[in-house]
Amino acid sequence: MTTKVISARFDLPDSHRIETYVAEGGYNALRKALGGMTPEEVIEEVKRSALRGRGGAGFPTGMKWDFVPKDNPKPKYLVVNADESEPGTFKDRVILERDPHALIEGILLGSYAIGCHQSFIYIRGEYWYLIDILEQAIAEARQRGYLGRDILESGFDLDIVVHPGAGAYICGEETSLLESLEGKRGYPRIKPPFPAVVGLYGCPTAVNNVETLASVPPIILRGGDWYRSLGTGKSGGTRLFAVSGHVRKPGVYELPMGYPLKKLIEQDCGGIRNGKRLKAVIPGGSSAPILTAEEAERATLDFECLAELKSMLGSGAIIVMDEDTDIFKACWRMTEFYEHESCGWCVPCREGTRWMSKIFERIHCGEGRPRDIDLLAELSNNMFGRAHCPLGDASAWAVEPAIRKFRGEFEKYLRPPAKVAAS
Amino acid sequence: MISEKANQQMDQMIARYPVKRSAMIPMLHLVQAEEGYLSEDGIRLIASKLDLTYMDVSNTASFYTMFYRRPMGKYRIQWCRSISCMLCGGDALREHLESRLGILKGQMTPDGRFSLAEVECLGACGRAPMMQINADYYEDLTPAGIDRILESLK
Ligand SMILES: Cc1cc2nc3c(=O)[nH]c(=O)nc-3n(C[C@H](O)[C@H](O)[C@H](O)COP(=O)(O)O)c2cc1C
Ligand code: SF4
Ligand code: FES
Repeated sequence: MTTKVISARFDLPDSHRIETYVAEGGYNALRKALGGMTPEEVIEEVKRSALRGRGGAGFPTGMKWDFVPKDNPKPKYLVVNADESEPGTFKDRVILERDPHALIEGILLGSYAIGCHQSFIYIRGEYWYLIDILEQAIAEARQRGYLGRDILESGFDLDIVVHPGAGAYICGEETSLLESLEGKRGYPRIKPPFPAVVGLYGCPTAVNNVETLASVPPIILRGGDWYRSLGTGKSGGTRLFAVSGHVRKPGVYELPMGYPLKKLIEQDCGGIRNGKRLKAVIPGGSSAPILTAEEAERATLDFECLAELKSMLGSGAIIVMDEDTDIFKACWRMTEFYEHESCGWCVPCREGTRWMSKIFERIHCGEGRPRDIDLLAELSNNMFGRAHCPLGDASAWAVEPAIRKFRGEFEKYLRPPAKVAAS
Repeated sequence: MISEKANQQMDQMIARYPVKRSAMIPMLHLVQAEEGYLSEDGIRLIASKLDLTYMDVSNTASFYTMFYRRPMGKYRIQWCRSISCMLCGGDALREHLESRLGILKGQMTPDGRFSLAEVECLGACGRAPMMQINADYYEDLTPAGIDRILESLK
């Protein structure tokens, strides 16, 4: 039995209602923090937990909060990243739908830690039905004195505003998100300065993912050491893995950090559909470099192991591909994604993704030139590190490792057209 | 026409933010809900409330794929084309949908009932293939399932 931390309440009746949350010990972490912990102690506990961001970059959460300057006279903001748009990722949605109060309590704790009195939840516009659930949860919390003025008679104030996005993957990137929240086009900002110092409206801002924040109440309640011990030393706790693709039982699984990927696929998800064999896995959302079946066999789900395999844990999305998968087509589709979602600000990404798409297309319709595969690899290598924001790198990662590991899948399209048609 | 109620809702939206301009996206959503698309009048109204120019608002709106400048079908179908849906047979199923509707992606039925757009991942990859029609998610789609859904929307 693995310990359920984030998903503990998912299957309870009316799990989204405050009555359920409170009956399960909800808002006790808030009581504990407001009743006897300083903001510094809250941050210390989160640091001890080895909680790392669940949005994609995996930055240590306690450290991020610590970067928010305490002596800055400007207002401070905590902004929740509920943009969830990385292909393959569908785990924040479950928290928002079934356990919104865990997020609200996490927001309260984070806000207390950094000295924020106004928080915003930036939620992707397509998640429209979740906005009602969130608004209801916020109203319930306010009614019971967990939000608003003088929360639990501690003197601490906090309000939360839910803010819809409008369909732009790039707005999941934290600085684009802030631009968008300011009512502008979602172009990424240059870092540094980092949002912790110059964020929303030029004020110190912490941007955190939904799951990251929902993980904080149990850390405060049961201690950072307990949480850390659930995972590996450097990647603390458990996290939600969203598994999709060719498995028998796709879905969201809460597992400890360091869990074997093979076990997740074969046991938890019931193995590959239709008795097929595994060909490849993308382990962290479509931006993570692809793993071969052999690499997937030895991967464990923690930041360190996937970094060693030159991939990443990213958003915790696991996309599983069986032996019949056309890696070339999968790769092409991901390139089209980046082409579509490139904000167009910088040339390597805007033009690079477009060129790669065109080359994929020409190879696919039988007009590929012998050098095209190397050209694709070169283009992606050229984009790497030269784009203004990580989206450019991600589009390179979606292609170059796939060519390196599955070159045959690309070459088969360069054979005479008749053979392509027959395959 | 933007209703008086929507007009008031816009003022409430503005009041929620320390800087007015932040209310723009929520206000654009409201205009679209009222008018079916972003009308010139709607954009003008937002601009005047936010002390911005028409171009400021129009230019910002054009960044976001959920906003459109012309009427769409009564049922707006957003078909997910991203990786997990594709792996689970999404492309073939989209062709089925297209043949049922008699239109291709990017088009609208002549009676204005359905419009079909391909979009990127909508966060339902574990129940792929999927589509969104207006605000509703339809997941674990099959050809027969699609037929039933279209029938129910007649
Ligand atoms: C192109 C791009 C898209 C991103 N999309 C998301 C997203 O949808 N949700 C999210 O939480 N983080 C996303 N991120 C990561 C955020 O920039 C940021 O690291 C995260 O919100 C920080 O929160 P965390 O530390 O709690 O993970 C994205 C990053 C990039 C570069
Ligand atoms: S890398 Fe792409 S998404 Fe990022 S700023 Fe440049 S064009 Fe925009
Ligand atoms: S890939 Fe279709 S919903 Fe995510």
